[in-house]
Amino acid sequence: MTDLTRTDVAELSRLLTAGEVSAVELTRAHLDRIAADDDRLGAYLHVEGDAALAAATAVDEARATGAELGPLAGVPVALKDLVVTEGVPTTSGSKILEGWRPPYSATIATRLAEAGTVMLGKTNMDEFAMGSSTENSAYQVSRNPWDLDRIPGGSSGGSSAAVAGSLAPWAIGTDTGGSIRQPAALTGLVGHKPTYGSVSRYGLIAFSSSLDQAGPMARTVLDAALMHEVIGGHDPRDSTSIDAPLAGLADAARAGAAGDLRGVRVGVVRELGGDGHADGYDAGVLARTREAVEVLAALGAEVVEVSCPSFDLALPAYYLIAPSEASSNLARYEGVRFGLRVGDDGRHDLDEVMALTREQGFGPEVKRRIILGTYALSSGYYEAYYGQAQKVRTLITREFTAAFAGVDVLVSPTTPTVAFPLGTRVDDPIAMYAADLCTLPASLAGLPAISVPSGLSDGLPVGLQIMAPALADDRCYRVAAALEAAQDAARGHRLLDELPALAGAA
Amino acid sequence: MSTISRDDVAHLARLSRLAVTDEELDRFAGQLDQVLAAVARVGEAAVADVPPMSHAVPLTNVLRADEVTPSLPRDAVLAGAPAAEDDRFRVPRILQEEA
Repeated sequence: MTDLTRTDVAELSRLLTAGEVSAVELTRAHLDRIAADDDRLGAYLHVEGDAALAAATAVDEARATGAELGPLAGVPVALKDLVVTEGVPTTSGSKILEGWRPPYSATIATRLAEAGTVMLGKTNMDEFAMGSSTENSAYQVSRNPWDLDRIPGGSSGGSSAAVAGSLAPWAIGTDTGGSIRQPAALTGLVGHKPTYGSVSRYGLIAFSSSLDQAGPMARTVLDAALMHEVIGGHDPRDSTSIDAPLAGLADAARAGAAGDLRGVRVGVVRELGGDGHADGYDAGVLARTREAVEVLAALGAEVVEVSCPSFDLALPAYYLIAPSEASSNLARYEGVRFGLRVGDDGRHDLDEVMALTREQGFGPEVKRRIILGTYALSSGYYEAYYGQAQKVRTLITREFTAAFAGVDVLVSPTTPTVAFPLGTRVDDPIAMYAADLCTLPASLAGLPAISVPSGLSDGLPVGLQIMAPALADDRCYRVAAALEAAQDAARGHRLLDELPALAGAA
Repeated sequence: MSTISRDDVAHLARLSRLAVTDEELDRFAGQLDQVLAAVARVGEAAVADVPPMSHAVPLTNVLRADEVTPSLPRDAVLAGAPAAEDDRFRVPRILQEEA
């Protein structure tokens, strides 16, 4: 019998529709795995067991009456804990929101529910999505299913640990500077950051509003595209939502899997691991990247090297822009309308209560970024830091535009290294920030970018990043699916099938 | 040379309404100094004539239709507040007793 917790969603959808598996069986299989393994993986902050079984039962009953159900009805899903869910605890990984049960749901949560998917629970994350290892969660450490002593990436590390570790078939992540792509790469998953504005941010707890996007984390490119089609599209409740239809994403994934990339022009970005820019990159990561590019060429793609010199400044620009926006966004945690309140004893006034609440409710990385952002926005420093970073953002966007005049997609490693051991970068912000080196340029320009597995280095997964022009997300899915299909065929199985069973790894 | 002093961090923490401890001030001052040194590299870019970019999607004045829609139920919103009284958020005192 197929192990339902290692199966991709496209197949689960077939099994459900054909009546070979019930939604309750499928949900229970995942809840059982969570009960058995999540104390080691630390993927979930909250498991919604009874509600999940009730939702699954409703799907099975509707199916039994012959009701027309969507293809994803009954498929379980996990949501990163910054997706606001009505009545279900939502913390954004922070103590300042401990116990908060939101009075409404995010648009993407509503769309997933309307598609009939069954929410298993909420996944761990770096506090307010600030981090690259999920070690900044105020609640718990999440572990990489490939090696429990290593990070699962971040900030969507609970989602990556859950999907790679068979505790959910797929999950929602969010990406501000790489927080979908980097954890996907480090755990052997597919993760896609959509074009900025193409997935609603309504009900996503804000970190850096000009950068934040939600997207799919899945076991296959096709699954990622299927989820993107459910959550994407215009939402009048998000003023930055783009009012344009999504290009056929699942169709693009299916077309790519057919393996013909003739006529596709692929640019390899020199500044992201190329000649003269390889410092800090693992040799194994660069080797897998070269091999992946060779596979694309063998499928007919035309490969050229592209230079984007300003990408070298993406990291400094990002770590000014994101903290600046965060310092403003996080002003809403004032201990009055929701969440924690500390020191309200009649002796402290509002200002003091606010400072005491924020001091106790926020962790060190959040405080560092609020202080840094406040500094970068303060008069006297604004032009030199925030203003300059915004101009660098323009330069990076212009270089993307110039590059896309000559190529259809750009590729690079998703991360400079494989997953690093837990604890090694927690007290070294600069080393931690370097994990986002390759993912930041597309974030700053608002462009779609996907990470797809390219192989293993030292037994740990490596991802290839594929970036495309705004609203050309379909190109990411097409090229990623072509690589995935070719590599799966060559090795005879999916990369994820090489993941050691957790019992053996513990 | 450090670009941000312990006193600077203390001042910024006050502006940010963070009642940081002495130990945090020591730690953050060192770390933020390193971070600032790294991000100051944006100054290397030749951008005199380059306009700033605040957003990937240039949109202005996005308005919804002027139609009345229901708000969130008051009780559901107040249920999430740390303190409520008389169907309102209860706010800590805002005036000094001496005042």
